[in-house]
Amino acid sequence: MTARHLHHRHSILWIAALVHRLSGVALAAFLPLHFLALGLAVRGEASLESFLRWSDQPLVKLAEGGLIFLLLVHMLGGLRVLVIENFAWRDGQKELATIAAGVSAVVALIFLVRLF
Amino acid sequence: MNVRLYIWQRSTAALMLPLVLVHVAVIFYAARRGMTATDILARTRGSIVWAAFYGTFVLAAAIHAAIGVRNVLAEWTALSDRSAGLAAAAFGGLLLLLGLRAVAVVTLP
Amino acid sequence: MDVRRDPSAGARSSAPPQLSVSLWRGGEQGRYQSYRVPLRENQTVLDVVTFVQRHLDPTLAYRFACRVGMCGSCAMTVNGTPRWTCRTHVAKVAAGGVLKIGPLENLPVIKDLAVDMRPFFEKWQRAKGAFAPSQTRADPFAEIKPESAARIAADAAIECINCGVCYAACDSVRWNPDYLGPAALNRAWTLVNDARDAGNAERLAVLAASGGCHACHSHQSCQEHCPQALNPTAAIAGLKRRTVQAYLRGEIKA
Repeated sequence: MTARHLHHRHSILWIAALVHRLSGVALAAFLPLHFLALGLAVRGEASLESFLRWSDQPLVKLAEGGLIFLLLVHMLGGLRVLVIENFAWRDGQKELATIAAGVSAVVALIFLVRLF
Repeated sequence: MNVRLYIWQRSTAALMLPLVLVHVAVIFYAARRGMTATDILARTRGSIVWAAFYGTFVLAAAIHAAIGVRNVLAEWTALSDRSAGLAAAAFGGLLLLLGLRAVAVVTLP
Repeated sequence: MDVRRDPSAGARSSAPPQLSVSLWRGGEQGRYQSYRVPLRENQTVLDVVTFVQRHLDPTLAYRFACRVGMCGSCAMTVNGTPRWTCRTHVAKVAAGGVLKIGPLENLPVIKDLAVDMRPFFEKWQRAKGAFAPSQTRADPFAEIKPESAARIAADAAIECINCGVCYAACDSVRWNPDYLGPAALNRAWTLVNDARDAGNAERLAVLAASGGCHACHSHQSCQEHCPQALNPTAAIAGLKRRTVQAYLRGEIKA
């Protein structure tokens, strides 16, 4: 059938689940690169050091801030789901999801502010 | 996802809650001090605590990410559940391999 | 407004204000067709569909029975949202006098606004949504304390009218056609909490398998759209706990 406008996708909680999934996929894609970078130390301190200095560039720093946001938003969003699934029901999930995203953004911002 | 995969995914998630918090604290600490490779390796090499911490983290992350990737592939791609499971298991194996190698390189004396 | 250009100008006393209605016509490969329907006070979306069928096009197919929100047969997609049309007032949903009405999502379209509900009810059966008696009629009445925790949990979920609105609003269903869906799981939750039911071993095994309760992503669209204000997400969360317990105790396999 032709694509129709689906109103339920405007819900904060639907978007929260999407953010959770996309942040998870992004983190999963990042992990192998992260491990390979750390593994550079196998070729001696110097090669890890040159990587660390490369990562001092502003753009890389910015990306690190983004990764911190992804990690936190995935963790806090996951924590919200764990609480739903394992404890008595509580209302206000939209507010909690918004707070999770807000806290993640603020912490990532603090990380960046401290660096620059 | 059946109950077995669910338990593995949610238990590794719960396990990683404190690990992520510590990891983020470490990132803040290291970034703030602008640590060199020498600084980092001086702290991690020969440390059983760092090896155990990040070894656990890698293991939990590999399991958690593999199951998550499996679910995404099964729902958002044309792959069958079985193919999605195989692809995700291969990905999890890769994460485990690269992750444990990185932990070994950084923490072995 | 420029009165001279208003098509209804001058005819205000004779021609009542009109709703601009588009209805899905055809099967899966259909299209929306436009109709003009007189706007009335206290008009429901079902009234609008009925007007089209009675006065404009008798070939329009749609489904309804009770018209008072009990039978659960008249659900449709109204301006992008699944709703029970008999209890949905036009004034509440038709912003600017525009209504776009389609069949429910996530179910095969038979014709026009009528979907095939079989997959929906087959999943109720697969989820062991039928009461499995533990006693016979010769036994004395079971004494169920209304204030017991299990009965409170069952009562909170019991008023489902099988309308399929939650099923249509659920993207976990859309992305995983094997998923039992919020309504069937909500029903299973009432039985899991029914002290008189004897079917839980079999039921929990199905709920714990692929396509069972663990496919739920807690989008809460089911809760948001349920016309009975039920919370299937909470019921499914309860099932997740119960199946995990049963699995860890070795009562079911996966």
